[in-house]
Amino acid sequence: MGKVLSSLDEVIQQIEDGATIVVGGFGLCGIPEKLITSLRDKGVKDLTIVSNNCGVDDWGLGLLLENKQIKKMVASYVGENKLFEQQFLSGELEVELVPQGTLAERLRAGGAGIPAFYTATGVGTEVAKGKEHKEFDGKTYIMEKGIVGDFAFVKAWKADPFGNLVYRKTARNFNPVVATAGKVTIAEVEEIVGIGELNPDEVHTSGVYVQKVFVGENYEKRIERLTTANA
Amino acid sequence: MTGRKRILERAVKELRDGMCVNLGIGMPTLIANMIPEDVDVMLQSENGLLGIGAYPKDIEVDPDLINAGKETVTAKAGASYFDSAESFSMIRGGHIDLAILGGMEVAENGDLANWMIPGKMVKGMGGAMDLVQGAKRIVVIMDHVNKHGESKVKKACTLPLTGQGVVHCLITDLAVFHFSESGMELVELQKGVTLDEVKAKTEADFVVSETLSVNN
Repeated sequence: MGKVLSSLDEVIQQIEDGATIVVGGFGLCGIPEKLITSLRDKGVKDLTIVSNNCGVDDWGLGLLLENKQIKKMVASYVGENKLFEQQFLSGELEVELVPQGTLAERLRAGGAGIPAFYTATGVGTEVAKGKEHKEFDGKTYIMEKGIVGDFAFVKAWKADPFGNLVYRKTARNFNPVVATAGKVTIAEVEEIVGIGELNPDEVHTSGVYVQKVFVGENYEKRIERLTTANA
Repeated sequence: MTGRKRILERAVKELRDGMCVNLGIGMPTLIANMIPEDVDVMLQSENGLLGIGAYPKDIEVDPDLINAGKETVTAKAGASYFDSAESFSMIRGGHIDLAILGGMEVAENGDLANWMIPGKMVKGMGGAMDLVQGAKRIVVIMDHVNKHGESKVKKACTLPLTGQGVVHCLITDLAVFHFSESGMELVELQKGVTLDEVKAKTEADFVVSETLSVNN
């Protein structure tokens, strides 16, 4: 089926200035490290990035900020990143802050062919400004639109050659919804197994959503806040 | 006892056996380590875990297992993992019994502001706006006054809102308030605190419960 890539170069070459890329991960957990660094190396500009967070100053999506490749960031929480604040306050970076559940649902909706939906989240706050309000059974909701990216960057634990994906623990987070919400979805994984080796009952993301699979090596998996029982 | 400890010890009493609970980032996270053994709750972490366990021993540390504050954690027996859309289906769909969140300001009508200080702080709301709309009960814990001695319990919030009329219960270092259609009611004084002190340090209008008690 030809989904398995030996290098990310070919697929990264297809990404042009101004592209919208939806990216999995929560903080630095379950982020597509290899795709992000490859995109940094290619240096395309004016990107719109949709991801829950924007990495830290020297890792994850922070690498794209450092390289001034992001024009607009759509995220729910960006408090870990000084560069982000600098670029935002200086007007270099456009930011759309989206409540986390609304962001997840906008990606889910985008991937599921649902153009918009109503949610109570954000009613009466700055998030609701300019959005359609509608009452259902006496309660007010606002309309939020689905998101589809030109590309989706996903990190999973295991894949098979069809692109079926299995995630590990909380590294799953946004990855399954991001996988559905890309016109071209690229999954990087730690391990690839043969067709038939993943139990169909345990596949988290069906390969139907995944166009390309890449096996990365030496994952850094940086920990943001190491907390232990001995601390 | 410090104000913070008083707040946390009172907040723990909001937990009931069998509840599914989301603890916000910061001070609320500390409640996780104070839950009595006979109260069995499932703690939800909105990044995709129901059943947060203790912090890991050194050898158990796993970068793929964190809480919403990005701290390394473990999963307890009976835990489950899920994706972010499902996590917020649980929250938005009313399946989480209780959320305990930090606050910057609470108003007498139950408005909460806890995500942004214009011109000063650009961090984002994370999951707070979803939690205040979706969880069955919202408890806010915060200091009663700010570092300048000004009341954080307001007639109306001055900071951008997280949600309108969403707070059910407010626990401060001085008192506990409940919110309903009829307004804000003082239900408990923290130990050693007088009604006069609460009145003096509260900008909001409130009624005093006929069954006003002291939290020991």
